[in-house]
Amino acid sequence: MADIDFESMEREAYDFVDEESEENFYRFKEGLTEEIVLKLSEEKHDPEWMREFRLKSLKIYEELEVPDWGPSIEGLDMDNIASYVRSKSNMVDSWDDVPEDIKNTFEKLGIPQAERESLAGVGAQYDSELVYHNVREDVAKSGVVYTDMESALTGEYADMVKEHFMKLVPPTDHKFAALHGAVWSGGSFVYVPKGVHVDIPLQSYFRLNAKGAGQYEHTLIIVDEGADLHFIEGCSAPKYNVANLHAGCVELYVRKNAKLRYSTIENWSKNMYNLNTKRAICEEGGIIEWISGSFGSHESYLYPTSVLKGDNSHAEFTGVTFAGKGQNLDTGAKMIHIGKNTSSFIDTKSICKSGGVSTYRSSVYIAKSAEGSKASVNCGSLMLDSISRSDTIPAVDIRTDKADVGHEAKIGRISDEAVFYLMSRGISESEARALIVSGFANPVSKELPLEYAAEMNNLIKLEMEGG
Amino acid sequence: MADSLISIKGLSAGVDGETILHGINLNIKRGETHVLMGPNGAGKSTLGNVLMGNPVYELEEGSILFDGEDITHESADKRALRGMFLSFQNPLEVPGLTVDAFIRNALRVKNGKPVKFMQYNRELTETMKILGIDPSYADRDLNVGFSGGEKKKAEILQLLMLKPSFAILDETDSGLDVDAVKTVSLGIKEYQKREDGALLIITHNAKILESLKVDYTHILVKGKIVASGDASLVEKISKEGFEEYIA
Repeated sequence: MADIDFESMEREAYDFVDEESEENFYRFKEGLTEEIVLKLSEEKHDPEWMREFRLKSLKIYEELEVPDWGPSIEGLDMDNIASYVRSKSNMVDSWDDVPEDIKNTFEKLGIPQAERESLAGVGAQYDSELVYHNVREDVAKSGVVYTDMESALTGEYADMVKEHFMKLVPPTDHKFAALHGAVWSGGSFVYVPKGVHVDIPLQSYFRLNAKGAGQYEHTLIIVDEGADLHFIEGCSAPKYNVANLHAGCVELYVRKNAKLRYSTIENWSKNMYNLNTKRAICEEGGIIEWISGSFGSHESYLYPTSVLKGDNSHAEFTGVTFAGKGQNLDTGAKMIHIGKNTSSFIDTKSICKSGGVSTYRSSVYIAKSAEGSKASVNCGSLMLDSISRSDTIPAVDIRTDKADVGHEAKIGRISDEAVFYLMSRGISESEARALIVSGFANPVSKELPLEYAAEMNNLIKLEMEGG
Repeated sequence: MADSLISIKGLSAGVDGETILHGINLNIKRGETHVLMGPNGAGKSTLGNVLMGNPVYELEEGSILFDGEDITHESADKRALRGMFLSFQNPLEVPGLTVDAFIRNALRVKNGKPVKFMQYNRELTETMKILGIDPSYADRDLNVGFSGGEKKKAEILQLLMLKPSFAILDETDSGLDVDAVKTVSLGIKEYQKREDGALLIITHNAKILESLKVDYTHILVKGKIVASGDASLVEKISKEGFEEYIA
C-alpha cells in the first residue's frame, strides 16, 4: 500500500464550485419533453437514425416505472433537471485552447498533469459535452480510435457505432436506460484494432459542474480480437443543494481473446442521483476486469454486468463503496455465464459510517449452456459505527449441475482493539481508523494505477473526516 | 522520584466495573530493566494496557507520570509520541496495511516528517535480519497469517525501528518455541544496547531473561505488587513458583 500522506491533503479538492455564467454556457430549460429531445438532437446534428432512436427511447421512458426495489428516488424530479448544458466553445485537442474557467476546474482536479505523466489519451467532459480530447501520437498510429461519441456517430466508424450503440444496454432495460437513450450527450468511443496492446491507460474524466442538471454520457468501447486496453474513468461534481442526476451508460465489447480493464473512481457530490448502467460482453477467451471505487452521491444504483458469452471467457469485478451520512449506495455486480468453462470472480468491500446505508447486491447467473463454469463471490462489509447499515443481497441462479460456485460474505465492525494497537505506535485515532479502512479497501486500491490508488485513499480519508 | 522516567502512584484500574489493579506503585528510571512476574489473572497485562492508555480499562485512582509530566488521562497515541511503547501479547491483524507501511506511518508521525527512504530501508532490512524475519514480510499485511512467533518478532521489529524510551513487553515470549524465544531475547538485548531506554518485561518464565540484564523484579498477585527484588528473584520464582506469595 502506498504511504498515505494525510497532512498534505486538501479537503476542498472536489467540492469547489466554479460558477457558470450565462454568457459562457448554454443550457436547456429543465424538464423532459419531446420538444426538448428534438432540440437536443438538432443541436447535436444527430444522424436521422439517432433522432428516431432518441424519440423511441423517450416513449419507452414514459412507459416504464421507476424502480421500486432499491433506494427511494422520490427526491429526483425530472421537471427540475436540465438535460443539456454545454460551454459555448467547441471541443479542442489542446489544453491551451480550453476556456479558462473550465481549464481551471480540470487543473484543480489534476487532469492535464495526469495526462502528461501517465496516460495514453485523455477525454474531458464538462457537463454535457466533451471539451477536450487527445490521444498520444504513437497510440493513434497503431490504429487506436479514441474520440467523443458525437464525432464517432458520423466519422469513419459510424457504422460500427450504429451497430453497437445501446445494443448491450437497450433502452428497454430500465427507465433510466431509456432516459439515457433519449438525452445522452458526450462520452467516448474507443476502438482498439486486432492484436493491438495499448500499454498505458486511456482516461475519460467527467465533471458535472452545472447545478440541477443531468449528465448522460455514453461510453462505447470495442476491443478487437487479441487486443488489450486499460480504460480509466473518473467522475466528480461539486456540491449543490438541489438534485443532480447522472445516468451514464457504458457498453464494452471484448472480442475473442481480447482483454479490457475498466477502472472507475466515481466521486459524486452528495446531492447526486447516480443511476448508471455499465455492461460488458466477452467473446471466446475474452477477459473483462472491472475495478470500481464508488464514493459520494446521494443515492446510487450501480451493478456493472459482465456477459460471458464466449467459451473460456473470464470476468472479474473488484469494487469498494463508501456510504457516509445521508447516502444510500446500492452497488454490486452481475455475472451472466453463457459460454462453456467461463469464470467470474467478484470481490467487493463496502464501508458505511455516520448513518450511511450500503447495500451489496449481486447476481450470478449460470445458464444451462455454461458447463464447467466457475463463479466466486466474496463480499465484505465494514461498519464504522452503530447507526450505519450494511446489507448483503447476493443472488445465485444456476441452471447446470456442472458448475462450481462459491460465496463468502463477511460483515464486521471496526475493532477498537486494532485502533488502540495502531494508536500505541503514535498514530492518532482518526488516522488509525483511516488506515484500517484503507487497508480494508486495499484489494481494490492495489489494482489501481498509483495516482488513482492515492486518490482513493485520499477520498477514504476525507469520508472518514466528514460527519 | 523526579529522575524516574515513569512513575506510577497508587494506581487502581479495572474493566467493566471490576477492579483488577489495587494501588500499584512503581518507578522506573532510564536505562533500567524491570521484570513483572505473577500468576495468571494477577493483572499483569492490565497494568501494561493501562500504562499505554487502552480505553477499555477504567482508571479508578492514582496517577502516571512520564518524564515528570502527568499522562494519566492522555490517549495512547500521545503517550506513544512521548516515547512509550507496548509490545502486545496478542498483536492485532490489520488486513491491507503492510508491515512496511505501518512502520513508515508510525515513524512519520513520530518524527513529524516523511522518512528518508534509503536510510529507512537499510535500517528495516538490517533489523529484520537480526530478528531472522524473512525480508518478504515487509510487504505482508500486518500480522495477517503470521504464526505466534512471527507476530512477536514483528513487535520487536517495531520496538527496534520506533526506538521508544520506555517499552512494555507484554508476554512477548508466551507461546514461542525455544528458538523464537532466543531470537526475541536477542532483539530485546539489542534494544538495551542501542537505547538508553527503560523496559518493563511482563513474563511467565525466566527463559527470555537468561541473556538479559535485569535490574529489578516485581511480583504481582491479585492486582498488588507483593514483592520486589533484584534479578535473583527471577531465579527464585523459576525454582519455587509463586506459591509463597499466594496467600
